[in-house]
Amino acid sequence: MTRTTESVDQFAARAGDWLATHMPRLDPDRPPRARRDDEGAWLRARELQATLHQGGFAGICFPRKYGGLGLDVAYQDAFNAESADYEMPLILNVPTFAICCASLLDTGTEAQKRQHIAAALRGEEVLVQLLSEPSGGSDLAGLITRAERDGEDWIINGAKTWSTSAFAADYGLLLARTDPTVPKHDGLTMFIVPINAPGVTLRRIKQIDGSDEFCEEFFDGLRLGPDTVVGEVNKGWDVASQLLLHERRAVGQGSEFASGRGRERSEESFANVFALAATADNPDEPMIHDKIGRVLARRMVRDSLVEHVSAAMRAGSLPPAAGSILRLFHSNVTFLEVDTALEVAGTRGVVDADDAEGLVPIGERYLSRQSVALGGGSDEIARNIISERVLGFPREYAADRGVPFNEVKHNRAR
Amino acid sequence: MTDEESDDAKLFIATTRAFLDKHASLADVRALHAQDRSFDPTWWQHAAQLGWTSLLVTEQYGGGSVSGQPLRDVAAISEQLGRTVAPGPLHPVSTVLTALVNADNHVEHADTIAALVSGGLVAAWAVDEPGRPFGPHNPALTATRTGAGYRLSGSKDRVEAGPQADLFLVTARTDRGPRQFLVPADAAGVALRRQRCVDLVKHYARIDFDDVDVAESAVVGSGDQTPALIDQQSHTAMVLQCAEAVGILDAVLIMTTAWARDRHSFGRPLASYQALKHRFADMTMWLHACRAITAAAVTAVGAQHPDAALTVRAAKSYLGEHAGPLIHDCVQLHGGIGVTWEHDLHVYLRRITLYRSMFGTPIEHHRAIYQSTRAVVSA
Repeated sequence: MTRTTESVDQFAARAGDWLATHMPRLDPDRPPRARRDDEGAWLRARELQATLHQGGFAGICFPRKYGGLGLDVAYQDAFNAESADYEMPLILNVPTFAICCASLLDTGTEAQKRQHIAAALRGEEVLVQLLSEPSGGSDLAGLITRAERDGEDWIINGAKTWSTSAFAADYGLLLARTDPTVPKHDGLTMFIVPINAPGVTLRRIKQIDGSDEFCEEFFDGLRLGPDTVVGEVNKGWDVASQLLLHERRAVGQGSEFASGRGRERSEESFANVFALAATADNPDEPMIHDKIGRVLARRMVRDSLVEHVSAAMRAGSLPPAAGSILRLFHSNVTFLEVDTALEVAGTRGVVDADDAEGLVPIGERYLSRQSVALGGGSDEIARNIISERVLGFPREYAADRGVPFNEVKHNRAR
Repeated sequence: MTDEESDDAKLFIATTRAFLDKHASLADVRALHAQDRSFDPTWWQHAAQLGWTSLLVTEQYGGGSVSGQPLRDVAAISEQLGRTVAPGPLHPVSTVLTALVNADNHVEHADTIAALVSGGLVAAWAVDEPGRPFGPHNPALTATRTGAGYRLSGSKDRVEAGPQADLFLVTARTDRGPRQFLVPADAAGVALRRQRCVDLVKHYARIDFDDVDVAESAVVGSGDQTPALIDQQSHTAMVLQCAEAVGILDAVLIMTTAWARDRHSFGRPLASYQALKHRFADMTMWLHACRAITAAAVTAVGAQHPDAALTVRAAKSYLGEHAGPLIHDCVQLHGGIGVTWEHDLHVYLRRITLYRSMFGTPIEHHRAIYQSTRAVVSA
């Protein structure tokens, strides 16, 4: 095949030509529907993904036998550069491709890979993670959702929460307790479960800024077949570790399985920073120029850091846990952006100035500032990981280490 | 250093490191300071023989790069210098060489280039001026036409290696924009006064030019070329500072990490306290961010990429805002020993503090990034 010997430059040129005729060009004045809590945005993303797949540009770093192109990251980087000015199905990157499909690739059965990765690359399947629980917080392995044997089948009972975009998903990777008589990490199993099935009730969680992309799910006797186990029974923590690893890399924009470079939030674009400054109470205040210049500089640092840490992880000079450096920097740069926007917006960020460029959404965005420091593991967990697994410092004391799960103290009933 | 260094580059760095450990250790730095000296000229000639001064120079003048990316090679040396806060005029000499070898009239300066490469001659870039922020394109010092050349009048300030330099590359205002001139330190009308500085061994000078006459041949670069040449020199100076700062931060963090593992309080190592672990996590993130943006700046400046100015400003401002606080955190984590003269932390902190404000403060760079990006967006 000629495809296998195509150089990165040739690939980029072919991608550029194809994009120009098949994908919609971005119009800065009319951003596409891309809010994660918008059902329409998901339908749009599926359409765009199907177009990418038909054009032969889906899953650049996924193996060919699962519907991808089997190329290395240099091709994906080139495609990201070429596609920067086009509308891309960015919301499928996380968690569908960069986390769920990437983990299935590492740990799934051959049948699961052929079914789910291929369907996702065709734009026919959205996958999510079903990990956190209402009782849990940062102690993921302490989860209490149960999966119990019923002949060959498994019966699931429990609840999950903070599942990103689960309302738009077809399948979820669910971590459940299959053996409570052993220490917490040793009694977990990962399943791939249908979201729209009897026994699953889904509710959307409304956040401070009014968005409702996150969901919680209740499982009441959901029946699953043996082919839904991902990895091995009671080895679910290994699978979860892969998920978390891919999540840290993806949140830091360092995954080769994500396609398209654009950022999801529209206020990240350069032009909008200047539009914001122009409508500020004091647009020519030098301090505002300093603050906006700092944001622009920090974004350049972020981009170079993603490149640097990703390359070091691939080369092995930094361990996979270094993804947490990207994760921590992501909240660092977002804080700076959100805080600067509020500062620059001045009074208009909190009381609408009755003009076309209403800035109150900037104030509302500020209200949910901390969500970036909580999603994908909290900043504090990221700092633990960096200090313990990058620097090799002693691990935190844990009262449940090595203790059978059913003998560990849990939350007091309220 | 990154993962993609070639074997030649690795060998070059190892040789540099061995030389610095033997002849430019922290003890050597303290000894120089005790004698109120900046560097030993013989030592500098040895460094030049190792190739430090020839990397930015074309083969025509006996130069050549190790990696094929000359600026990257010099930045690798700068990073090594940072590890022991080494002395020496690498940065001013490299900045002046950048001007000379890229000037349209480089042929006229062949002898000066050769002398700088040999280490026998030291040159400094006289760019800053008293009471003015870094603004290399707008010198107040004037150069007026005479029959045989130019007459320079005005003052330069905070000239690195000024007291040691044999030759200055002076930025000056003419009625047709900025130009640069080579002026010998012993030219008639040149008066130099050393300036106090926070660094232990870097020496700076204020230099007054009182109607100093120079020949036509003292000009470096054509008038049309000069703004771009000044940009290239500024970027080179900034990026080498950043590279040295990365070496400093790496060394300080390694030192402090070892301290946290070894030092025990209440029967457990400092490294086991979560409050301290989290600070180490932040410092690790800052270090990698400093390293990443500096590497990006080295590449962009070396390739004269259109984004070079923005990238190097991002590096300068990010390092300017983070390097000092990182070392202060390391001082705090060392406890009382960290604020003593005896401990080496302050030697590193001095250089970092010096560099924060030279060639543009973080605020100046932020404002410049804002202005130039707005200009592009509205264009």
